[in-house]
Amino acid sequence: MLSTFTEHPEIRERFGELHAPLTAQAAVVESNRCLNCFDAPCMVACPTHIDVPGFIKRIASGNLRGSGRKILEANVLAGSCSRVCPVEVLCEGACVMHRYDRPPIQIAQLQRHAMDAFHRSAEPLFPTPPHAIELRVACIGSGPASLACAAELRRHGARVTILERRALPGGLNTYGVADYKLPTADSLREVELIRKTGVEFRLGFAIESAADLEALESEFDTIFLGVGLGAMQKLGIPGEDAAGFGETAGILNALQLIAAYKTGHITRMHGAVVVIGAGNTAIDAAVAAKRLGADPVTMVYRRGAGDVSAFDFELEHARQEGVQFLWHRLPVAIRRADDDGLLLDVQSVEIVDGKFELVPGSITTIACRTIIPAIGQSPLTQLLSEFRRVDVEKGRIVIENATGQTSNRRFFAGGDCANGGREVVDAVADGKRAAQGILAAFQAATAEAVSV
Amino acid sequence: MSNPSHSEPDIRVRNFAGGISCPNPFWLASAPPTNCGEQIMRAFDAGWGGAVWKTIGAPVTNVTSRYSSIDWQGQRMMGFNNIELISDRPIETNLRELAEVKKRYPAHAVIASLMVESTREAWHDIVVRSEDAGADGLELNFGCPHGMSERGMGSAVGQVPEYAEMITAWVKEKARTPVLVKLTPNISDIRTVARAARRGGADGLSAINTINSITGIDLDTLIPRPNVDGRSSHGGYCGPAVKPIALNMVQQVMADAEAVLPLSGIGGIANWADAAEFLLLGCGTVQVCTAAMHFGYRIVEDMADGLQNWMRGKGFHTLDDFRGLSLHRVTEWKHLNLNYKIVAHIDEQKCIGCDLCHIACWDGAHQCIHLDRVTGPIDGHVELHSIPASHEAASHASVTLTPVTRRERAKDATSHGPYPTPLARIPRVDETECVGCNLCSLVCPVDQCITMVEVPTGLASETWDERTKGAACSAEPQIT
Repeated sequence: MLSTFTEHPEIRERFGELHAPLTAQAAVVESNRCLNCFDAPCMVACPTHIDVPGFIKRIASGNLRGSGRKILEANVLAGSCSRVCPVEVLCEGACVMHRYDRPPIQIAQLQRHAMDAFHRSAEPLFPTPPHAIELRVACIGSGPASLACAAELRRHGARVTILERRALPGGLNTYGVADYKLPTADSLREVELIRKTGVEFRLGFAIESAADLEALESEFDTIFLGVGLGAMQKLGIPGEDAAGFGETAGILNALQLIAAYKTGHITRMHGAVVVIGAGNTAIDAAVAAKRLGADPVTMVYRRGAGDVSAFDFELEHARQEGVQFLWHRLPVAIRRADDDGLLLDVQSVEIVDGKFELVPGSITTIACRTIIPAIGQSPLTQLLSEFRRVDVEKGRIVIENATGQTSNRRFFAGGDCANGGREVVDAVADGKRAAQGILAAFQAATAEAVSV
Repeated sequence: MSNPSHSEPDIRVRNFAGGISCPNPFWLASAPPTNCGEQIMRAFDAGWGGAVWKTIGAPVTNVTSRYSSIDWQGQRMMGFNNIELISDRPIETNLRELAEVKKRYPAHAVIASLMVESTREAWHDIVVRSEDAGADGLELNFGCPHGMSERGMGSAVGQVPEYAEMITAWVKEKARTPVLVKLTPNISDIRTVARAARRGGADGLSAINTINSITGIDLDTLIPRPNVDGRSSHGGYCGPAVKPIALNMVQQVMADAEAVLPLSGIGGIANWADAAEFLLLGCGTVQVCTAAMHFGYRIVEDMADGLQNWMRGKGFHTLDDFRGLSLHRVTEWKHLNLNYKIVAHIDEQKCIGCDLCHIACWDGAHQCIHLDRVTGPIDGHVELHSIPASHEAASHASVTLTPVTRRERAKDATSHGPYPTPLARIPRVDETECVGCNLCSLVCPVDQCITMVEVPTGLASETWDERTKGAACSAEPQIT
């Protein structure tokens, strides 16, 4: 095993699965509902184009191994995708059953059923590639984009090394996804399958200087950038820096909180918690705070309920968990309270001519123990600026969509750092396309060398 | 006097096969649901009009297990198979209970199914004893395809017209009640035995008995089902899967002048609609087994109620009003009109975009349903009739992103989600190429989305028979 990780029992208990898996018979019944559409809209809607009817009909026929392999052919992280994909806006949203006035096929649950069976079988992800090719690729970052890229390259016999600055591999799958959707152990199980195909991992390996980069360039033919986004953005209000997170109270951003509880470093929270922002990550953090024992948990957002960037089902989930909302409020200052807690001043805002305007005299104060900013991740501009020949626009690495190639032909990129922050499945699709782009470029170069 | 249009249609059976009357045409077939008197009385309480007693004869020893089935797409028992023999209870017990049932339910039909060794004495004896017990009629089991046939009974008799005729004649020497002969389908032409039964003096027929079958093989143990200590044996197939075979055989018998007799239809009947189809081909009663074994006697409630409601809608007051009405609609192929033309029509409002009709037409029919809708102004060459594989390849090559912002999601909603089907996914029928085979309308999951529409050809009706006879005439040498 790549890394030892033991789940904290308290976390396991507090973060029980949101959706129980299907039983074997329920899976067959559900798979029989699938119409087996031609050129199925669900498959088109999936960024990795999993042959959805193909794998579902294999479940119906009892060919569970074939089902799993069909899925993995398109998406090596199909296990985690089946847990974390916003299927309501992807495959299940595209299901023709909607137009048939029937509930869509439970594609995610069926995919999980096939993936769980595959993981139980302890089979390799794919057979060892028949022959190696003389191509050495480094994937920077070990999140979904790099993992997908690495697996696709290994499938074709390339030599691949994944470089990760943290202790555990998997990126946001390991550190950033709510545990009731995808437990850390399940993320690591998937990474392990990819490692077993022959991918080398260097954990705790940070790239901090141009010299580090040059070293990589001399060791590898091609470099894939799957570095994701940077740290969470700061609120930029008075008192934010003074109130560091301590034993009892403080400020902790959403990704820090999620990573901390998923690795067992936080197992309890007390008192009132305020989450600032209303995206999907903000919701994961608010629900986590609730499950860790915080009460009340309030989400503060500068717009209204109809404007949140979170998916509707995520917002509904937060409501069901007991999270409260304070709309049209902007945090303006953080102060320390006498009891060692925090005081968050918020002020009403209105949108006038497309601009936020504070409503004079509307400041109210919320007493709380913890403030969790969740207003998006900033791009890794510092690191990116070091790739001087790699074009960056609005904080995103510019790539050719079909191949993942950057303006520097030895560099490819995919995932959040290139798409600005989308879903796991988008990162997998990016990584896979980039691998195919890398292989095509290699073959073209090889053919050229031969003809010369 | 009640207004006829408000009175419930009458589904009573009167004088079937020359003397059997009962409250409705729904009988339980001779099988496990009619194994004993207690069961049959409960069945009558549930609403069954009649019951054919589980075949009475010299008691047998049965094996375990006895049944197996075919599931289809998660539905249980689409087809059902048994290797159970006739009644394993003493003749005396069966007849004593039969007498008790008749005493308590005088208005219901109780038919004794019989099977004994092929001697005149044995048949005379069982006929007399059954009728003395009060049976309203007799059904001669010449159909059981397994076990009993190896002992010279059941389908061993039913497959040889001479035997069937001879035993029917023996029975008729003694019988005072109507005699039905139950036909086996395990024969190349069911009419040969039906004619023999009629020559032997039968008053009616029952058809069909079960079909020889091996339902399947356990792919773990490699043992066929049902498994009797590691071995299996062919059994009798029945259930919804056999209905079309049964309807065809019923039609064959009813349309044959030498075979036709009052007929009790059997084979895959599970609801009132199935029953109505058998009645439309001329059956006087119907018999049910598998559906009752699957769901219990209670299914008869909807059978009776549903049949009445259908009759009401059609304006039929009695069973005689529609019995056999579809019989003359079945003919030999050579009498079908060659100049009749229909084509598929897709209702764009109903289409859900599954495109099963497209792939079915391309791979299974005549390549005339296309995904080549073009919207907007057309500039230059438009490639039509691309093959299915190129559609799939284009989809696989497309770059799809998860919609993140609300605006993206709203935009995406036009292509999928609970919204109208995008035009690009609604197939188009090339009516000039369509041969009107029906396949697309059969695979379409949406009711009334694909309909077959008649296209007047302007030609007079002409059958193959007429066309070839005409040719034969003109080819004949002219003799003057």
